[in-house]
Amino acid sequence: MKTTEIAIIGGGPAGLSAAISGASSGAKVTLIDRNYSLGGQLKKQTHKFFGSQKQYASTRGFCIANILEDELKKYGDRVEILTNATVLGLYEDKVITIEQDKQYKKLKPEKIIVATGASEKFLAFPNNDLPGIYGAGAVQTLMNEYGVKPGNNVLMVGAGNIGLIVSYQLIQSGVNVKAIIDAAPQIGGYLVHASKIRRMGIPILTSYTIKYAHGKDAVEKATIWKIDENWEPIPNTEMDFDIDVICISVGLSPLADLLWQIGCKMEYIPELGGHEPIRDDNLETNISGIFIAGDVGGIEEASSAMVEGRLAGLCAAKSLGYYYGDYEERRKDLIDQLISLRSGPVGDKIRSGLRKVII
Amino acid sequence: MRIDEHPILSFKRVEKIKFVYNGKEYIGFKGDTIASALHAAGIKILGHHPETGRARGFYCAIGNCSSCLMTVNGEPNVRICIEELKEGMVVETQKGKGRLR
Repeated sequence: MKTTEIAIIGGGPAGLSAAISGASSGAKVTLIDRNYSLGGQLKKQTHKFFGSQKQYASTRGFCIANILEDELKKYGDRVEILTNATVLGLYEDKVITIEQDKQYKKLKPEKIIVATGASEKFLAFPNNDLPGIYGAGAVQTLMNEYGVKPGNNVLMVGAGNIGLIVSYQLIQSGVNVKAIIDAAPQIGGYLVHASKIRRMGIPILTSYTIKYAHGKDAVEKATIWKIDENWEPIPNTEMDFDIDVICISVGLSPLADLLWQIGCKMEYIPELGGHEPIRDDNLETNISGIFIAGDVGGIEEASSAMVEGRLAGLCAAKSLGYYYGDYEERRKDLIDQLISLRSGPVGDKIRSGLRKVII
Repeated sequence: MRIDEHPILSFKRVEKIKFVYNGKEYIGFKGDTIASALHAAGIKILGHHPETGRARGFYCAIGNCSSCLMTVNGEPNVRICIEELKEGMVVETQKGKGRLR
């Protein structure tokens, strides 16, 4: 059976950073991704990132994907990259099973970093299965990766950062956004994004939810209505929008199937988007040698996913005996970066969620 | 439905790729997935629910949700949102759940 020192599952911001960190510490790493190319959801991010220089602030997401991939490739022979390779299973003896080019493969690593990311949540309303009702991320993929418009007129459901950013990107692509609605009484995303949207004349309607999607074979119209402080709909507040796309942006939940399979201890943490693995400060789960990084451990921004990746890679390499005199200093720097990214009122939920899973 | 002008991105559509969808020839570009090529051609109904018959399109576009399954070159249940478009591909609306051969 093929072996490696550190296997990293998922080549998005967390996984790429973990691979760089592991390889730069001296370990042999194998990075596995089910897509044809690396970068994960960074590839469709056209906006400039926040944070500090260390997290590539002011650089556009898709550019960061290329920077990380180039950095990883510098480590030459220590790096093996498997693309178009789907991890099917993760077993107690740390064997990973993989499907690549219709072949079934096995890999036995010494340490594993799970960086599988997240998937988009869905919303219950009548006719929610009509074609034309897409996840916000799906719309972003279609537009920014493939250059195809999702439709002509969009209703965006969700005023978190993704809903706001994707609305802006829709306009950049020449698509009309009729309105952004959110069931919460206030806008969830950063105000800097919201004001950009408002300046373009797009209404952001808070305390509104979707009542009904109309259409036979594809969505043609949406009805929304207002909800009260108990989240109960208020009759006679309905509004109709003629649209051909409803974009659902109501959050993400971790893609943690592999962690469940190998028996990681999981806790339901609503603040972090779903069931999350219990882990220590070094991102190692209750199963020795299984680390996590990025959204699989709690929904956050790509910036913190990258820092977590660096931390998991550093600590996984250390546990194999690869470390230098500056290990403690590097570890502390990464932990400080995470603290800083999660500081302030926008980090409230994340901090409160993490307190429940970090032991 | 292709984006021609964009303030940040440029889409290089150099190599045309011919494919067949339900018996008719269509053209996509290198770099497309089957789903992006179909959507660009205005096709968003990709199939129907095997029991209720309700129309289905994609939802996630990254291979998670399985809402976009179609038959490609005779193989059923292909997630066309992540399947690279290739010259001469034969893409068909799938009837039912598909069968392993």
